Amino acid sequence: MKQVLVACGAGIATSTVVNNAIEELAKENGVKIDLKQIRIAEVSTYEDTADLLVTTAMTKKEYPFPVINARTFLTGIGVEDTKKQILEELLK
Amino acid sequence: MSELRFDKEVILMHLEAADYTEVLQQMGENLAKHQYVKDSFIPAIIEREKEFATGLPTAGVSVAIPHTDSVHVNHKTISIATLKKPVDFVIMGEESETTPVQIVFMLAMDEPHSQLKLLQDLMKIFQEENFLNQLLQTDNASEMQKQLADKLDLHDFKGGEKL
Repeated sequence: MKQVLVACGAGIATSTVVNNAIEELAKENGVKIDLKQIRIAEVSTYEDTADLLVTTAMTKKEYPFPVINARTFLTGIGVEDTKKQILEELLK
Repeated sequence: MSELRFDKEVILMHLEAADYTEVLQQMGENLAKHQYVKDSFIPAIIEREKEFATGLPTAGVSVAIPHTDSVHVNHKTISIATLKKPVDFVIMGEESETTPVQIVFMLAMDEPHSQLKLLQDLMKIFQEENFLNQLLQTDNASEMQKQLADKLDLHDFKGGEKL
């Protein structure tokens, strides 16, 4: 099962919305995932276990897993592309 | 934490500010004045915005959703300000790229997950260009409060006006 991190600055607002969207995306496509809603500052804790980071916060750091920007979930512009990108990673 | 309160006193129209810190300062002061937040909310939300920007370019009017930790919050609310002139906010997830924001939705919230539906409804508004434009043109706080309460399904909030 893939571990997916959903992170924003505070872990309060935007990650809540994105977390739910990814949960639904995975369910719709019959993929089981281990979803963690965290603050961006906590990402390093999961460095060894995570398969994907989806975030609305800025990340300068390099991670050993792909990072997908989740802003489209908030504005709706380009959200289908982002979903496709995430699904591709989940199905890898 | 108490129920979310959404009164017209949290709505500021045609706010004048030179930059985003002034916007956050004025909105924060208004929330503190009405006891929604502690005084510590104001420096906290400014710091948070510097570190994690919340500007969002939409199909029409750019918006921002500044927020910070719940320890600074007394009563949950969403404060809304329309800006007289657009003010640049850094775009969420970008290092320095900005967007000219015209409407600010300041979130005074508590724990994650508790506000999912409200947040989802709010994000839906960001995709409604006409509604955002309509908000910008509204001059009446009661009218704006009513329009937003409809959209965000906040009719049963406590302490507010009966609509």
